[in-house]
Amino acid sequence: MNKTLKTFLSRPAGVVGLTLLAVVCLMAALAPVIYPGSPWDMAGAPFMRPGQNHMLMGSDTMGRDIASGVMHGARVSLLIGIASTLAAVLIGVTLGAIAGFSGPMVDLLIVRATEVFQTIPNFVLAILLVAILTPSIWTVILAIGIVSWPPLARLTRAQVKSVAQREFVQAARCQGQSSMSVLLRHVLPNAISPIIVTASMTVATAILIEAALSFMGLGDPNFMSWGYMVGAGRTVIRQAWWMSVFPGFAILITVVAINLVGEALNDALNPRISRA
Amino acid sequence: MRTARLVLTRLAGIVFAILVIAVINFCLVRAAPGDPAMVIAGQSGSTDEKFLAQVRADYGLDQPYAVQLGTYLKKIVTLDLGYSFRQGRPVSDLILERLGPTLLLTLSAFFISLIGGVVFGALAGLRHGKITDLGISLAALVLYATPVFWLGLMLVLLFSIKLEWLPAFGYADMRAKTFGTVGYALDVLKHLILPALTLAAIYMAAYTRLMRAALIEVAAEDHVKTARAKGLSESAILRGHMLRNASLPVITFAGLQIGALVGGAVVVETVFSWPGLGRLTFDAVTARDYPVLLGLFLVMSILVIAVNLLTDLIHRLVDPRLAVR
Repeated sequence: MNKTLKTFLSRPAGVVGLTLLAVVCLMAALAPVIYPGSPWDMAGAPFMRPGQNHMLMGSDTMGRDIASGVMHGARVSLLIGIASTLAAVLIGVTLGAIAGFSGPMVDLLIVRATEVFQTIPNFVLAILLVAILTPSIWTVILAIGIVSWPPLARLTRAQVKSVAQREFVQAARCQGQSSMSVLLRHVLPNAISPIIVTASMTVATAILIEAALSFMGLGDPNFMSWGYMVGAGRTVIRQAWWMSVFPGFAILITVVAINLVGEALNDALNPRISRA
Repeated sequence: MRTARLVLTRLAGIVFAILVIAVINFCLVRAAPGDPAMVIAGQSGSTDEKFLAQVRADYGLDQPYAVQLGTYLKKIVTLDLGYSFRQGRPVSDLILERLGPTLLLTLSAFFISLIGGVVFGALAGLRHGKITDLGISLAALVLYATPVFWLGLMLVLLFSIKLEWLPAFGYADMRAKTFGTVGYALDVLKHLILPALTLAAIYMAAYTRLMRAALIEVAAEDHVKTARAKGLSESAILRGHMLRNASLPVITFAGLQIGALVGGAVVVETVFSWPGLGRLTFDAVTARDYPVLLGLFLVMSILVIAVNLLTDLIHRLVDPRLAVR
């Protein structure tokens, strides 16, 4: 583990990514301290330019403080990104492990279903899910989880298939351990590291999907989110660039940070796959 | 014999996919809070009891689920996607008239991203470790993390509002019909540039990264060393021995990304008021027009499957080994 950490920190991608991510986490943690009020409340006159009236990033069409929204938005983005990735990991790893470890019929069925889910336009499915189940933080997490699992399932299946061939797994089988125990205690722990890397990248795409959903007006109306802010600023972009520039930039930074961390994790956890 | 079998398995796959999508739609309508008839009818604020009764009879909502599913599948096969109470028109009509602009946008973006990705990726791969590589890789990293809708808005801010070079939204000028055929096409093209570039950019970034990695890998292979040893020029090696091999994983990946591309089109069309399926999706979301949303999901999925067949064809053109099989 120590060596893994060393490799991770020796990559510039890892250091830069981790620093940026720390900034975003700090924003999420400090939001209620620096801006104790609700980000939905009016903080001053509408259409204030950045810096005017002590508002660092200006105000929106309703006089809400953009900086407060950006800080509070970090909480929603990180929460939904992580929670929906966990949902996707749960679905994907379960299905992938079953497919890789059971007979050819079950395998074929799961593989075909995964392929269908991978071809359909997943953002459109997410829209449909959230719109029909009514927007809330739970339906958004569920929808993103449902559209994000296929790559994880494919990867888990391939990993489980290859690890299951190894001798120590055969040894465990010969000892008479049940399939469930072989899978959970011997196969999965040895198949996990590429799954961790892919899952970390999934957090980034989940944050992008969440932003796009709330941009379309399908966010939870109780939580201020970056996508919603860009969507609300869209119609007045001619008069007020700052309303959409700052929240969008926050999304960009967060996603870059997570992708960089993912890349460095990949170098650290999968040393055999040498990267150019 | 082999070809026949290939075609048959492909067809079976397509039928299976459409079946799965139809079942998803079917389950969603039943999973929605409230009366499924209200969902199918589009939950119009002032519910029209007569219309609801008609929907119930039409979809056999008093029958068991298996029968309901059968009724629904029969409707799909006969291209009956339901009726939009809000727009007062059949869903299939609404979708059909918006299909053209979406095809134009997604296909342009697909080819721009694929060609751009291969070119920039090859450039970065060839100059591996040099400043060109660093610049391209950095740009790809940032673009890959950019939310599509925000990129679109930033391009509008720069090219439409500050520089005033290109129109910010719409499909054609209101007077465009009077410009003549060529003038009209040019006007549409001018409106197409920003949305197509926006949609292409993110995927171009992904393909660039992939192409770069693939080219670096191919460059280390024996057959390339052999070609160099026999004294071929660098450009001949690149054209004859590296580009095709390296672009194969990119084309495979691009085929897989078509679904995401269509999803991205929804957001891009929303930003640019492009009158395609994506804009229709946004309007249907805003109006909670469920029959239109359900129909859109089905049609877009079928569209993706169709374009997947197209990339398969391109793949066969680039990789002669597949054509023989």
